[in-house]
Amino acid sequence: MSRSPGRKQENHKISRELFVLTYGALVAQLCKDYEKDEDVNACLDRMGYSIGVRLIDDFLARSAVKKCRSYSETADMIAQVAFKMYLGVTPSVSCSSATGNEFSLILDKNPLVDFVEELPAERASLCYCNLLCGVIRGALEMVHLAAEVTFLQDRLKGDAVTEIGITFLRKPEDRKHRR
Amino acid sequence: MAIFSVYVVNKAGGLIYQLDHYVPRADTEKTFSFPLDLVLRPHDERVVVAFGQRDGIRVGHAVLAINGAEVNGRFTADGKDVLEFLGNPANYPVSIRFGRHRLSSNEKLMLASMFHSLFAIGSQLSPEVGSSGIEMLETDTFKLHCFQTLTGIKFMVLADPRQTGIDALLRKIYEIYSDFALKNPFYSLEMPIRCELFDQNLKLALEVAEKAGPFGPGS
Repeated sequence: MSRSPGRKQENHKISRELFVLTYGALVAQLCKDYEKDEDVNACLDRMGYSIGVRLIDDFLARSAVKKCRSYSETADMIAQVAFKMYLGVTPSVSCSSATGNEFSLILDKNPLVDFVEELPAERASLCYCNLLCGVIRGALEMVHLAAEVTFLQDRLKGDAVTEIGITFLRKPEDRKHRR
Repeated sequence: MAIFSVYVVNKAGGLIYQLDHYVPRADTEKTFSFPLDLVLRPHDERVVVAFGQRDGIRVGHAVLAINGAEVNGRFTADGKDVLEFLGNPANYPVSIRFGRHRLSSNEKLMLASMFHSLFAIGSQLSPEVGSSGIEMLETDTFKLHCFQTLTGIKFMVLADPRQTGIDALLRKIYEIYSDFALKNPFYSLEMPIRCELFDQNLKLALEVAEKAGPFGPGS
């Protein structure tokens, strides 16, 4: 990760707790505003999307990575570089389909749920970290990769691990020319 | 050692930001008596020098002002045709300012779109798949450096041919864009950039790059 010398004076850190609390307050407010879990999930995904379309340029500018030539390279890049840069964790990647376009990121540590034990009973199908799915989806779309990103497993719902599934969708026309 | 201008072009080929950092001003103002020894002719919307180069007035320079009043295309400030005015001995002696015509914002928009198209053609012509597109356009008076991001935004810098460190400058401009334009919640993507912070930081970066001179910046 490269940072040019001129930015040294701007590296004051904001507390991680503040960020996690802010996210928690956001989800709590959305739960008050919307009755159905699907609406909250959709809203989080939309917000994540608008973050993702802007965050991708920040990621590319700071990490100066080369263009990924395959879906598996892209998934590795997301897990090992992007997650590390923004959340400080490195999920493990596995390819879960024969066609090579479905991947899962398995998070053993998720900073966003630091202070959450479990979902309340009336919010059983809430995807607490759906913002992350939106971010990944938005970012991939800006580099011309359409994908569906969802939570396959969630520790908050009682599963063993938290798993994010990325399915790259085939584009209607050939991707051979300009990017 | 100068950086002349910076252009930022969005995915669709529209110009979203333009800065003229250094414009070599070569205006010359002289007083003439009848008859004028320069040959003038109309060209597009301006009156340009066709022949008779002398004293800093070069062929291609346009008539910018007559007797201190700026001309409006082919007409003087009072609405008279420039060539008619200068053909009339009663108006002499007259003081005329010549210089290189500055591009209007419409012309810049057109040129940016044209470059966007040429860039696309360049990538297609490449014998190898996955070409980066046009990275540099070199002439005897300037070099145009272009950097296209993976998201499709193009950053172009026109600089003196001897200026080095432009690659690093382009990356730095990308960082400044991702910081002060994209992170501004009121900036809509693909729209013209009107962010004060972006302007300020860009000018700072250009000054740093210029000071580094012909030996390039430290890292």
